[in-house]
Amino acid sequence: MDRCLVGDRIELSALFSTMQRWFKQPTWRALLLWVMPVVFLAYFFYQPLLALFNLVLTGRSAAISPAWGFDLGALNLNRIWRPLSFTIGQAALSTLLTLIIGLPGAWLFARFIFPGKKALKILTTLPFILPTVVVAAGFNALLGPRGWVNLGLMALFDLPSPPIQFLNTFGAILVAHVFYNTTIIIRVVSNAWAQQNIRLRHAAQVLGASPWRTFREVTLPLLKPSILAGTFLVFLFNFTSFGVVLMLGGPQFATLEVEIYVQALHLLNLPLASILAILQLLCTLLITLGHNRVSGLGDVIVSPPAHTLDARKPRKGWERLVVIVLIITLFTLLVAPLASLALRSFVKLEPTRGERGDFQRGLTLQFYRELGVNRRGDLFFVPPIAAARNSFIFALITIGITLSLGLLVAYALGQRTVINKFLDPLLMLPLGASAITLGLGFIIVFNRPPFSTLRFPILIPIAHSLVALPFIVRTLAPALGDIPQSLRNAARVLGASPFKVWREVDLPLLTPALLVSTIFALTISLGEFGASTFLVRPEYPTMPVAIFRYISQPGALNYGQALAMSTILMLACALGIFIIERLQSPGKDLF
Amino acid sequence: MLSVEHIYKSYEGQPLLNGVSFEVHESETICLLGSSGSGKSTLLRIIAGLEESEGGQVLWKGKPLGDTPAHQRRFGLMFQDYALFPHRNVSENIAFGLRMQNLPKDELNSRVSSALETINMSGFAQRKVTELSGGEQQRVALARALAPNPRLLMLDEPLGALDRTLREQLSQELRRILHESKVPAIYVTHDQEEAFAIADRLLLLHDGVILQSGRPHEFYHHPKNVWVASFFGLGNLVEGTVIAHSPLQVETPLGLIQASCDQDAPQIGEKTTLLFRPSQAVQDPHTTENHITGKVLDQVFQREDYRLTLNINHHIPEFNIILPEPAEVGANLQVSYPPAQVLCLDNGAEV
Repeated sequence: MDRCLVGDRIELSALFSTMQRWFKQPTWRALLLWVMPVVFLAYFFYQPLLALFNLVLTGRSAAISPAWGFDLGALNLNRIWRPLSFTIGQAALSTLLTLIIGLPGAWLFARFIFPGKKALKILTTLPFILPTVVVAAGFNALLGPRGWVNLGLMALFDLPSPPIQFLNTFGAILVAHVFYNTTIIIRVVSNAWAQQNIRLRHAAQVLGASPWRTFREVTLPLLKPSILAGTFLVFLFNFTSFGVVLMLGGPQFATLEVEIYVQALHLLNLPLASILAILQLLCTLLITLGHNRVSGLGDVIVSPPAHTLDARKPRKGWERLVVIVLIITLFTLLVAPLASLALRSFVKLEPTRGERGDFQRGLTLQFYRELGVNRRGDLFFVPPIAAARNSFIFALITIGITLSLGLLVAYALGQRTVINKFLDPLLMLPLGASAITLGLGFIIVFNRPPFSTLRFPILIPIAHSLVALPFIVRTLAPALGDIPQSLRNAARVLGASPFKVWREVDLPLLTPALLVSTIFALTISLGEFGASTFLVRPEYPTMPVAIFRYISQPGALNYGQALAMSTILMLACALGIFIIERLQSPGKDLF
Repeated sequence: MLSVEHIYKSYEGQPLLNGVSFEVHESETICLLGSSGSGKSTLLRIIAGLEESEGGQVLWKGKPLGDTPAHQRRFGLMFQDYALFPHRNVSENIAFGLRMQNLPKDELNSRVSSALETINMSGFAQRKVTELSGGEQQRVALARALAPNPRLLMLDEPLGALDRTLREQLSQELRRILHESKVPAIYVTHDQEEAFAIADRLLLLHDGVILQSGRPHEFYHHPKNVWVASFFGLGNLVEGTVIAHSPLQVETPLGLIQASCDQDAPQIGEKTTLLFRPSQAVQDPHTTENHITGKVLDQVFQREDYRLTLNINHHIPEFNIILPEPAEVGANLQVSYPPAQVLCLDNGAEV
């Protein structure tokens, strides 16, 4: 009996030491770190995705009664082709317009010093995280029927109706897309431009190339990868754009995203919505692959970039003129909609519904005060300010989920093992899937038919986490990789236990990246609109959903409330961006 | 052929080039020597027309170049990091300058192949420049700069990025190619050995001005001032006060020393600095002047002779000499310097 016990103990300790040995191997350690993220993704991302495929291929779903079954062959192809062709067309046109403004903008930033450059640079970061509803509300406040320009023209020329028809036009979609994406081109291309070795241009010049020839033969070919990468990225964003198209273009300009939304939520045609969603997924995958391909071409730097400061003041007359025009254009494009939004939310310019004849024009805080009032006949069953509270709670949960999963993934990616090659793309796929597709998949998997209550508001922050996670990982993983192993080794030989090494070395060095990730998660969650439209119930609206509902209603009060809430959301995001800019080391960028 | 006159250029409010003037003659290689940050590369960029000076001018055969843009000067410039175009292969890089001259295709091709031959890289025409080694990149950069037959070639630390053995080997090759091409050249470096090996004439850039210029050996035998002597590491520098002329006598911590002077000797009572070259010390008990006695601190064998470090007193804790015979570490040793070999130097600007 004694012998037996001893034998057991030996076996146990052998097992224990085997496990320890395993954990020391990067592969096993990576697997252990991957467990939670993979389970999360499998359950909340891949399950809905497979359900979409299943629905399309078999016509069946747990969420849909048999009566919903449909025949793939009987489908009118025109209902797919129309939104698809429109999506591609508007994305291509938007991208072209973006390049027309963005490339000169990149030139401006890379080559010139001018007053206000720093302010403009900070402004160009704004569109990166500003929620689509805020931007849409901004353009509404500038050019919509109740916006500054139209009201001003009406007052000036005593017109009975708004002279400029901006909302629900194709032009509105294009303008908003240009607003969003110009700064991507500027950032991506001007960074590559500024980092280009200035001596390559000097070499061309002393070899007899005129400035124009130097640009054509040296500068431009070397910029090509970054221009292509930026173009792909912008095209991808235009292709998957949802909030802007829905709020500024209206339902008649149905992109794939809007069509999925309309089919699923308004016409209750889930099978068609699913086909469109899968089509959308395939397209975004193709675009992402294209992007990865061209952005890989960028690594052709032979020598470290010269430290010569290349930017200078504009010298010649025409140069100065072009620079001034560019600065004014960019400032107007970036500032006008946002400033109109903020100003309009404090000004009363038209009667509230029910107030006839005279009403008081002028500055007012009424719209902000009304956010706290639960009016009868309101769109939601709670005062509007509750939306802010909900959004904030969802954002906190999102931060918790993404930061813990993001850290696990970042550490897993840090292990030198072949399994990362398979698991890394698995993680980045949610980046390609649109929020609409995600929302649709959630409805199909987690909802009981037909469209009854989503009993779990927790699904909202989970959807937000899936949207945010790729960004968080891309922030944390490089920061972790930048910590030299020698620092940990030094701490170890100085007597720190593995946990203390983590606390004393990893944690302090990771803190900036963790803060940036927190703000990313916060702003993404606060502004997320696509998936939320599917998941939000009237009892717990989020801010973007509430803004969307209010702004499309008649009445000055609804309009004012939408703008007031947009302004609050905008300030929250602007603050976040400002902190990120402060924390991020120069040279690194969001993309 | 090239004259540089009173070039002035400031950097972040401080003068970087403070009135630099020199000339380059036909088929002459001059070396611009200076420590890093002395503005050598900036000067080259100004000559090339890539940067504008804030004062002074650059002339070619007497004609000011101020209004001639870089691409019309027909000067060649070879960069420290070579600046090879990464999107073009070896022969396309070399052909770049020839294409800018719109040469006919046949001539262009034959000149590219002869340039490749000059640098012994004929088989490399279609290679990507990103796949070349450092030495190969350097040779391609040289071929690219020389191919369009520039009127003047400038080389900015062309060997700076290479390891030592490769440097010695390539500096020989560079010397050969420069002499064969007969193109006047300005060679910038911070390495004195390299400068001595390449230069017909040497210019020492310091504090924004050309401190001294001349043939390499002149720097060795007649350093203009204390800074030059210490930059080249010529020997022990000892401060003292002039107390008598003809013969020149200087009161120093070594005792009373008789010295000689290239320029006008300082006035009596003025401070001066004396240069004692280690190799000029003699061990001759019969001399009467300039005895130096110290304790041997250290002794290093170096092939032909011995390098000794003496401790003279607390003013001069270390004094280096080179002797053919070894000495005993810890023992006292007396050497002497012939007065003609003790050089009295201008203290120059405060160093």
